[in-house]
Amino acid sequence: MRNILIVARKEIQEGLRNRWVLATTLLLAGLALSLTFLGSAPTGTVGVRALDVVIVSLSSLTIFLLPLIALLISHDAIVGEMERGTMLLLLSYPVARWQVLLGKFVGHLSILAFATLLGYSAAAGALAATGAEIDAESWRAFASMIGSSILLGAAFIAVGYLVSALVRERGTAGGIAIGIWLLFVLIYDMALLGMLVVDQGQILSGGVLNALLLLNPADAYRLFNLTGSAGVSAFSGMAGVAQNATLNPSTLLAALAAWALVPLGLAALAFSRREL
Amino acid sequence: MTGTVEIRNVVKRFGKVEAVRDVSFSLPEGETVALVGHNGAGKTTLMKLMLGLIRPTSGSITVLGDDPAAGQFEARRRLGYLPENVSFNAALTGQETLAFYARLKREPAKSVAPLLERVGLTHAAGRRVGTYSKGMRQRLGLAQALLGEPRVLLLDEPTTGLDPALRHSFYEIVEELRGRGATVLLSSHALTELEERAGRVIIMNRGIKVADGTLDELRRIARLPTRIRLKVTDTGLANVPNWLGPVEGWRRINGHMVEIDASPERKIELLRRATDEGAPVEDLDVFPPTLDELYAHFLLSQETAR
Repeated sequence: MRNILIVARKEIQEGLRNRWVLATTLLLAGLALSLTFLGSAPTGTVGVRALDVVIVSLSSLTIFLLPLIALLISHDAIVGEMERGTMLLLLSYPVARWQVLLGKFVGHLSILAFATLLGYSAAAGALAATGAEIDAESWRAFASMIGSSILLGAAFIAVGYLVSALVRERGTAGGIAIGIWLLFVLIYDMALLGMLVVDQGQILSGGVLNALLLLNPADAYRLFNLTGSAGVSAFSGMAGVAQNATLNPSTLLAALAAWALVPLGLAALAFSRREL
Repeated sequence: MTGTVEIRNVVKRFGKVEAVRDVSFSLPEGETVALVGHNGAGKTTLMKLMLGLIRPTSGSITVLGDDPAAGQFEARRRLGYLPENVSFNAALTGQETLAFYARLKREPAKSVAPLLERVGLTHAAGRRVGTYSKGMRQRLGLAQALLGEPRVLLLDEPTTGLDPALRHSFYEIVEELRGRGATVLLSSHALTELEERAGRVIIMNRGIKVADGTLDELRRIARLPTRIRLKVTDTGLANVPNWLGPVEGWRRINGHMVEIDASPERKIELLRRATDEGAPVEDLDVFPPTLDELYAHFLLSQETAR
């Protein structure tokens, strides 16, 4: 346990020094703040559920941005250190490979969680400061949005590690990471939509669709946040979907958690078998 | 006798390449051993095996009583390693880097500053490692290898990039640790440098151990000639065989020098004659075979035996 924390601490230290933490936090806060104030323009200032609007726009932002940031931090974690030769020295120390991987995970996730928490809270804080009324349910939905965003980040960090543990070169890892991002964030939904249109409900049952949605962490995240609370789903235009959804929030969260844990376990396995 | 490092019949294959072939040796406490060989001779592979970074295909390795690949970390805490071309994360300072490694070895944070002082990096401790020169990185690498008073030091090409003054202080530190009972295994290309420092030499070629012993033992086995160089007066130069006796393998170097390749059993006899009362010799130098020559000899004899 102590080794994991030592490695995590070093990753955070490096993240602070590299300005990763600063850049990510500023990026998320800046985008969140502009979405908050631009996004409230159509509903006007009288909207009583201002925070729900923010949740809708922020979770859409998260789906694009957090996986990208997570993959950028993580794809280099193993193959990069191996290429630079720092891994050889680190592994000659009394520390197991799984401890190195888990330490990096804790460190990278802390950086991402810090940036998300600070950036998004800034948006909510600014909204509250302008005098908008926000009820308890909206706050709960907002908190679970931040929590699930961090979980989404964890899933993509783990996927990035798996790539990093499997490939031989950093360039390959970078390419594959971008490919994974494109696949899960853009192509998957388009392909799914296309299939539904072509199929016209003939073959694809609700069960198959549910399974397909759980197979993409970004979709699980989207469903969790846009249908999770009644107020939010009304604004996101997902109310109809929410009523018919057979996937309850805990299933979606479990899917996200599995997306973090399974790739992490596979990455640890691949890393432990790797010859130096 | 059991040493701190025991290697028994170790074979390591990478795919079809046999990097180490049936190598056995034992390293005792308080000895500096030089591991000599070409690139690809298996030196780095042997060190990685001793560190437990890779597992042997067959054979067994024991370091400080533990199997290094078994996941027992007790031994690694007492082990220092300096990899070839050591590198560090460029974003952290030298002090932060060393503190990180100290924490992993469970060494107190206060051990960092004296180590930086010892390798002469105190002035640069607060600078990012990315700004360091090659020599400074090498010194930082040495500092991390010295963390926690290691019982076994594995140094892979430790003096590349160090200037002569630093090289000297590096060997002083190594000698001091050896004096306190540490086992030091050095690999290097700079053979002349190892000559005075290593008590024992292990020569590797293509994964096979071709020679193992003290420098004197190796000289005896190799039976390489000792070079004797004589400064001779002009008159003496005209009729060398007359006063030196029947000698093969002598040659004139220039107008007043003669060089003889003396086999081990004839060495004393030749020296006696050269220093005899009437011999026309003004000055004399004796060169025993260097590690370079021994190395070349053992490689050649192994190649021809194959």
